Amino acid sequence: MDYENSDREDRTILPTALKILIAGGFGVGKTTLVAAVSETQPLRTEEVLSERGVGVDDLTGVEAKSTTTVAMDFGRITFGEDLVLYLFGTPGQDRFWFLWDELALGALGAVVLADTRRLADCFPSIDYFEGQGLPFIVAVNCFDGARQYSLEEVQMALNLDPDVPVMLCDARKRESSKEVLITLLQHVMKGRGLTRKPETVGS
Amino acid sequence: MTRPDAEPLWVDDEAGPVVRPYAMTRGRARPRNGFNVISLVTATRAAPPIDVGLVPEHARIIELCQRPLALAEVAAHLHLPLGTVRVLLDDLVARQLVQVSEPRPPATLPDDSVFEALIHGLREL
Repeated sequence: MDYENSDREDRTILPTALKILIAGGFGVGKTTLVAAVSETQPLRTEEVLSERGVGVDDLTGVEAKSTTTVAMDFGRITFGEDLVLYLFGTPGQDRFWFLWDELALGALGAVVLADTRRLADCFPSIDYFEGQGLPFIVAVNCFDGARQYSLEEVQMALNLDPDVPVMLCDARKRESSKEVLITLLQHVMKGRGLTRKPETVGS
Repeated sequence: MTRPDAEPLWVDDEAGPVVRPYAMTRGRARPRNGFNVISLVTATRAAPPIDVGLVPEHARIIELCQRPLALAEVAAHLHLPLGTVRVLLDDLVARQLVQVSEPRPPATLPDDSVFEALIHGLREL
């Protein structure tokens, strides 16, 4: 089937649909960030995977095929008539790479949320996006305003490419979450070599 | 209390929909399409036709998609797994009752106008 040639269907005026992934460890505030900027309460969608689709150990000989339900929370922001941005929280468990592939397909980029008290929790997300070549930024969610490490220390600890933006945020706050998304979009643009005049965040 | 070999007691929401997704799709677990979660689904007509081949969920999709709705939104509103909705969309596309528009790959965006519109729109929120 022809999925790519959607231009032919432009008789119906369809908005351009785009998506950004919000990744990070369990409990780091992914759904909180989605809720802070989404125009609706975050929605939940599920995918049912048979264990064959999940990266677990060999199940040869196991007769009963079990299934796993993986939930993903997402939100949307509509800009006028012609642009819709979807924000998808990635399933927290590292073993559902199959689903990550599905979510990452066609995504503009990703935000990796980090908690400095459990920094290692975001390693798998970073590894994944680096492997996929999907642009991402790291946003350190400041729980209770606790700021234990400098951004440079986080950048070092995560062994990030110096081009990858690292910023502080408060995922509960709309303004802060907006800045996270704007920073990601600017980073993606920069990677495309399309930035004409770099803007200062918060200007 | 519970014996380890006892059937789990599923009541109310735990039991899921009365018609299980597999029954809805007549046992088809695998969709033919690989629609993106943000593919936009639009109904081609106002009301579902009377068609012996359709189940109520097909009709619900047509009702929901009078305005374009992403696959993930359709699934969330119907409380059905994405895979089940993809199978149902196969049926509806085959009957030309919905159109599904796949998202444009970001790498093919011709310029940065979409990014600028998003950044501007976010600032205005």
